[in-house]
Amino acid sequence: MRPWIEKQRYLIDYTLAALARRKARNLGLLAVYALLVFMLASVSLFGQALRQEAAAVLADSPEVILQRLVAGRHDLIPPGYLEKIGRIRGVQHQQGRLWGYYYDPVSKANYTLLVPAAEAPAPGHLRLGATLARERGLQAGQPLSLRSYGGKLFTFTVDEVLPASSELISADLVLLGEADFRAFFDYPAGHYTDIALSVANPQEVRNVAAKLSAALPDARPILREEMRRTYASLLDWREGIALALLAAALLAFAILAWEKASGLSADERREIGILKAIGWETGDVLRMKLWEGLLISFSAFLLGLVGAYVHVFHFGARLFEPVLKGWAVLYPRFTLVPQLDGLQLFTLFFFTVVPYTAAVLVPIWRAAIIDPDAAMRG
Amino acid sequence: MIQLTDIHKAFNQGQHNEYWALSGIDLELEARRVTAFQGPSGSGKTSLLTIVGCLARPTRGRVRLHGEDISGLPERFLTEIRRRTFGFVFQQFNLIRGLSALDNVMLPAYPEGKPHAELLQRAEVLLARLQLGHRRHARVEWLSGGEQQRVAIARALINDPEVIIADEPTANLDTTLSKQFLAILEELSGEGRTVLLTSHDPLVIKSSAVHRVVGLRDGRLCGD
Amino acid sequence: MTRRPSARFGAFLAVLLLLFLSMLADARRLAPPRQQEQAARAALVQQLGLSDLALFTEARYTRHLSLADLHSPFQDHPLALDHFPSGSVVPPPPARLPHYAPLDRETTLPD
Repeated sequence: MRPWIEKQRYLIDYTLAALARRKARNLGLLAVYALLVFMLASVSLFGQALRQEAAAVLADSPEVILQRLVAGRHDLIPPGYLEKIGRIRGVQHQQGRLWGYYYDPVSKANYTLLVPAAEAPAPGHLRLGATLARERGLQAGQPLSLRSYGGKLFTFTVDEVLPASSELISADLVLLGEADFRAFFDYPAGHYTDIALSVANPQEVRNVAAKLSAALPDARPILREEMRRTYASLLDWREGIALALLAAALLAFAILAWEKASGLSADERREIGILKAIGWETGDVLRMKLWEGLLISFSAFLLGLVGAYVHVFHFGARLFEPVLKGWAVLYPRFTLVPQLDGLQLFTLFFFTVVPYTAAVLVPIWRAAIIDPDAAMRG
Repeated sequence: MIQLTDIHKAFNQGQHNEYWALSGIDLELEARRVTAFQGPSGSGKTSLLTIVGCLARPTRGRVRLHGEDISGLPERFLTEIRRRTFGFVFQQFNLIRGLSALDNVMLPAYPEGKPHAELLQRAEVLLARLQLGHRRHARVEWLSGGEQQRVAIARALINDPEVIIADEPTANLDTTLSKQFLAILEELSGEGRTVLLTSHDPLVIKSSAVHRVVGLRDGRLCGD
Repeated sequence: MTRRPSARFGAFLAVLLLLFLSMLADARRLAPPRQQEQAARAALVQQLGLSDLALFTEARYTRHLSLADLHSPFQDHPLALDHFPSGSVVPPPPARLPHYAPLDRETTLPD
């Protein structure tokens, strides 16, 4: 065992000494490679944590939301709808919801105005999402004036700013009472935005949805399962950003492999010839190169992964903010629960370490069958 | 010690440019002697050395080392025999550029996996013996021709081989350095090593360090 | 005497592995308090009956992606690239695809 370890150490000594000959180039390679792993790992960690977050947080959203569609567009629920639903078996509870969008010209941002089903603020009072409050510089107790779409100015008092830790779901929320909501939007009495339903038996949700569709042909039930599935492929590998990164990474590997395969220089071939002439086996040459590939790619993997972890879980994935924020003004500050599962780490490891090592090894395989007497022939 | 029986060596066999470098060599090489192969270029000297040194296999014929037929051994065993029995000093020295003299000297011992301290000490002793102790950390391309050859000799000796094979050792050296080389040669032979070399340098052929001269022409022997 | 390259690299690798292990330790340390925050968010979602993350506030249909009406997001085709960058991060809600499928078939058939 000991000679084996010592031999591997010698092979590593040689490959490192050989790499050190072109220190700047090889350190540059390591840096670029680590950066590549960093980007891929950032997308992977961030996507996974965000999907887990969506699944965990939206686990208790309404079981069914019923919308009414008119001419393909979302329309108000007229009076009498709620009563029709009450007659459908399996529906345990139904609740008309009031919510809508408001564009604030002051902050140039879109807000979501919502009437909570329970503990709604008193007339003339509001509760605000923390992102929105920060953007407008508001604190509890201060007044907020909003001009309604009808042109009337409404002034409210901010009762409370929702906790900063909830920004991911409440960034743009304005919670207000039903009377204020109807007055602000000129919302017709007895109408609702949509209906939230709960179903007695969770197994029955699909049946209930089918019954709802049959009883109310202009209604569109949206199941909780569908809402959650919406976010299940958030930042998945098939999505644009990840795909673009993946394609770039694959391209980089392809270029690297091509460079390695075709660019096996006369010098390198000569060196392999010499090593074989002075007593190295073909296997020794291959093992030496295998070490080169493993050492570089493993270092790059660790550097990139740790960097990505710090980026995603300590710096809030700041590099992705411009992409996720898009044209929006409000962007929540949020921290995600660190997720590092073995399969994910293994997948990253596999897709970063193996291709590079193979790219290093494959051309050497061809060169390693050089006859050792080549060294003798100059 | 080494017996060659009816050695033939062909290049590009079966193609239109087929060429027989050696055609029927029968030779016995004694241990602890310095044997020089002499002949014009293209006479097959180098091909003969590659076959003796297990760098290449004969197309036909047998090579016996200590009475054992080694011409049919698989690559792994042949490499092991080459590494342990032969040390090579190539005409172009064939050192690995960019590595230090010390690293170059230790290279042939790497596959053996001996303890590092032991190997390092042996390499330092060899370099010191060849008056290169002060240059051991220099990259080999910064050394002069004579120094490079001495590094190559130290490398050939690192595995303590029985046989040293040198191909045109004085081709790139001036008279002073050539004489220095012959002195080293005598020393090696005095240690009981077998030395095989090729040369067409009269300084080497006529030297008292060389015990036997074998003539070659067109791939055949032509008189001792 | 200078140290062997393998020894120096070993030290470098040891530092990297230490970083990797401290990353795992850090993840364990961070998880419980952040899970509590997450539970608070889940409670708020239940209390207010929310259906979506407030990640993309740029437009109605990206703010409430799962509730958007059939025709606003991904207007030309469910798989067409969206005007907003969000479209490159989330695909159209899967529940909407079956609604599109018949429309899609109709448009590919020449009338």
